[in-house]
Amino acid sequence: MPTPNEPVSAMRALRSQLWGENPIFRQVLGICSALAVTNLVFNTVLMCGGLIWATSLSSLTASLLRNYTPKRIRMMVNVLIIAVYVICVDIALRAWFPEIHKNIGAYVGLIVTNCIVLGRMESFASRNKPLASLADGFGAGVGYSFILLLVAVVRELLGFGTILGLPLGTFTTFWTRHDAQWIIMVMPPGAFFVLAMVVWFFRTRSPRQEQATAKGGAA
Amino acid sequence: MMILAAQTETNYALSLLLILLSATFTENILLTRFLGMCPFLSISRQLRGAAGMGVAVVFVTTITCAANAALYQFVLLPLKDYIPAESLKLILFIVMIAAVVQLLEMIVERISIRLYFALGIFLPLITVNCAILGASLFMVNQDMLGIRSVVYGFGAGAGWCIAILLMAGIRQRLAKANVPAGLEGPGITLIITGIMALAFVIFQGMIQK
Repeated sequence: MPTPNEPVSAMRALRSQLWGENPIFRQVLGICSALAVTNLVFNTVLMCGGLIWATSLSSLTASLLRNYTPKRIRMMVNVLIIAVYVICVDIALRAWFPEIHKNIGAYVGLIVTNCIVLGRMESFASRNKPLASLADGFGAGVGYSFILLLVAVVRELLGFGTILGLPLGTFTTFWTRHDAQWIIMVMPPGAFFVLAMVVWFFRTRSPRQEQATAKGGAA
Repeated sequence: MMILAAQTETNYALSLLLILLSATFTENILLTRFLGMCPFLSISRQLRGAAGMGVAVVFVTTITCAANAALYQFVLLPLKDYIPAESLKLILFIVMIAAVVQLLEMIVERISIRLYFALGIFLPLITVNCAILGASLFMVNQDMLGIRSVVYGFGAGAGWCIAILLMAGIRQRLAKANVPAGLEGPGITLIITGIMALAFVIFQGMIQK
């Protein structure tokens, strides 16, 4: 991890968020609101889109304003910046996907208090240049979405036997005809189990010292 | 759904009890809605810290739910035709939560310095705990205003508190267990949370008739 005061290039920030410091399987942060929508792939895609939009643009804004924001109220200012972008997502979702908005609307609103968005603004955007912050926020969003999509694909495949609501030929016929669906995957506990497996897999592939989690109390 | 069913019943006290039980157990804000996971994972190492955070969350959700319900009922709803109330509620709720937390911090500091040191470090963290904002949003979604908002807020906070206390107890034992390398820390915690969530799902049979 680069030391706080040295400037970080945009490319390096993006790369570190995508893999080395991946928000989910490295830091295990910010899974709060997004995990709840992972039982259907389509909902997850929408949620992740909103999240990437919110992380990148709020990091950019926080970085542009970093020299004008008084330190004492920085947290509050950051939350309000995120809220603006989240409301954009909320309005767009309500206009284009009113049915889905009914189900996941509350969770979209909760992106505001997502630890990842706030964490990147607080620890990176508050002391780096705008372009690097944009890349960092974007990387965090994409690194995060990639894991969530993985979880969603597993959950929908095992829970309903479909992907994005589309049947998969013989697999789906087998899955539904023989009542082989794993109901637990549709229920909340399934999300915890699948995420644990994903974290396990990635951490075993590239182990590293436990240090990210020790300071993981950002929010 | 069961909350709506309860409302039609004449017995008001029973419906309040039902709200409390469902907020605490069947719709546990952490185990079925995944809110407040970050502090849950990072503070559940020690029973002591978990208890402090848990109590602080119960305290704050109760008060913020009541305050936000009042804000929604008496300010946002009457002005619904003039302002985008649905979008504004997000910002207003957050500002309200921040204000309440700030106020609580000052009050607690005045009243009891011991309580301040026990809860004080957790209060600033709470502003960004998604369980707090989530409780307010779900409360408004389910149309729980007035006295029911207080009951719901308390139930949601208590559910979170129970979950983190159970987890902290389990994790203290876990420190001595032999866990596979990649699964240490968050991995095993998530699996245990999943098992706990399964146990809480069973409570649904207890309330629905």
